[in-house]
Amino acid sequence: MHPLKERVTVICGHYGTGKTNLSINLAMDCARSGESVTLVDMDIVNPYFRSADYSDVLTKEGIRVIGPNFANTNLDTPSLPGSVKTAIEDGERVIIDVGGDDAGTTALAVYSRQLQSADPDVLYVVNMYRSMTTSPDEAVAILGDIERTAHLKATGVVNNSHLKQLTTAETVDASLEFADSVCGATGLPLRFTTVPRGISPSRKVENLYPIDVYVRAPWE
Amino acid sequence: MSEKVLMKGNEAIAEAAIAAGCRHFFGYPITPQTEVAAYMSKRMPKVDGVYLQAESEVASINMVLGAAAAGVRVMTSTSSPGVSLMSEGISYIAGSDVPALIINVQRGGPGLGGIQPSQADYYQATKSTGHGDFHMMVLAPSTVQETVDLVAKAFDLGDKYRMPVMILSDGMLGQMMEPVQLPEPREPDNDSKEWAACGHQNKRKHNVVNSLYIDPATLEGLVKDRFERYATIQKEEQMAEEYLVDDADIVIVAYGASARVSRSAVDMARKNGIKAGLIRPITLWPFPKDVLAKAAEHVPKFLTVEMSMGQMVDDVRLAIECSRPVEFYGRTGGVIPTPMEVYDRIVKINGGEQ
Repeated sequence: MHPLKERVTVICGHYGTGKTNLSINLAMDCARSGESVTLVDMDIVNPYFRSADYSDVLTKEGIRVIGPNFANTNLDTPSLPGSVKTAIEDGERVIIDVGGDDAGTTALAVYSRQLQSADPDVLYVVNMYRSMTTSPDEAVAILGDIERTAHLKATGVVNNSHLKQLTTAETVDASLEFADSVCGATGLPLRFTTVPRGISPSRKVENLYPIDVYVRAPWE
Repeated sequence: MSEKVLMKGNEAIAEAAIAAGCRHFFGYPITPQTEVAAYMSKRMPKVDGVYLQAESEVASINMVLGAAAAGVRVMTSTSSPGVSLMSEGISYIAGSDVPALIINVQRGGPGLGGIQPSQADYYQATKSTGHGDFHMMVLAPSTVQETVDLVAKAFDLGDKYRMPVMILSDGMLGQMMEPVQLPEPREPDNDSKEWAACGHQNKRKHNVVNSLYIDPATLEGLVKDRFERYATIQKEEQMAEEYLVDDADIVIVAYGASARVSRSAVDMARKNGIKAGLIRPITLWPFPKDVLAKAAEHVPKFLTVEMSMGQMVDDVRLAIECSRPVEFYGRTGGVIPTPMEVYDRIVKINGGEQ
């Protein structure tokens, strides 16, 4: 089961909070529940660890992947294909994996008109173990920058707090208060909390979303 | 000690440098190291430091020389083509006997090459960074935590021996995220360098920082003094990690990201009954000859694994005085070898099918 509400979902947040791994999980779960899904890799800032790197496993599940024209090549040229616009306007499910911070969100602003009419779910991903966003204040400040750049308002928060391979139940437990503070300060609802599959937090967490780890180093 | 946080290798370099008391950064953006500069541009103003984006790598390294001559802790950061541009300035830094930290987050080459990870700057880092008789210390981390630890060490070594020190990273280590623990921050120390040209205030003689010597005998004398220091470094500062070497029938020699790949391959080999081990050089100059020479007393075969066409192979051969065969496996141009590829090579060298 996937926790998405609207046809179009935008995944944004600070660099390295786990947006790409989350986007891949969401796309996989949508596809497995029988939906036609397009995953848009809109990261024009960072050439490494991006959704388009996982095209093979995604397309195997029937997911359509749209990435920057020169993703996975040696060209550092940020350009997006026309199919992004039609994917947002068409009637099928779209998940947009945006680049980090306001810099990474710049590309999203190009589509603000289409997005506004599509009435998307804009999910702000937070990870309290990610340096530079370890306090709720820091996490909230970055959201403001992203919203201004995107010409879109966030509709919910996703608590994706983890410490990569060191993530335990305690890691998730300790992040719940942080996520509540971010929600309190922004007035946004906490849409769900992710947890690596196989780990259970010690107390009851509403809207827990178990995820797999796709984004790894080549030797992991 | 602070709590563990997730950091990209590049960010970790920057934060570790600030924690080590560095307050001067001069650089120019280039993929895949740009996060170092981007992070510094945000953090340096908050710690009363200097972040300056120069007009080029040539300008950056000369600003580093100037700041180093004034006795402050200073660094720059770039990727492969940028180091080529900095090579003249690095030679001047070595010839001026001043410390400085240079970061190379390597990408594919030669030429403009590519933006994916590489280790093809080994020769450049260890043997031919610039003109003239000089060496630079070269440290090669293989995790984000080790990157943090080695940044502080690199600054301290540079100060101790008054020479440039390079951290040789690569795009993978720079871009990947791992949990790290940052050290307690140290205050900058700008006063302990007696040779620094930072104003004599009529209390001492002028300090002159210079690399130009018209009289050949003077220059020869200075170079010879420097090489005595290099001999001490070669004796005392070698660093390497050994993994399952004691009973090994084959030992991989690999550093940085390819050591991570190789370690996975060694584990696969051990599971399948092959006694494989790993020696991971942490200092590339000085090369950890002693560990290799000792291993060669009982290890029959060596295999170097690199993201290059085999630039470290000869150093391994020299370290073991060609007493054992040294094979090579590598990928280049931005391609990272997989653990499976390295494992297959181990099987082949070890005498065929399992």
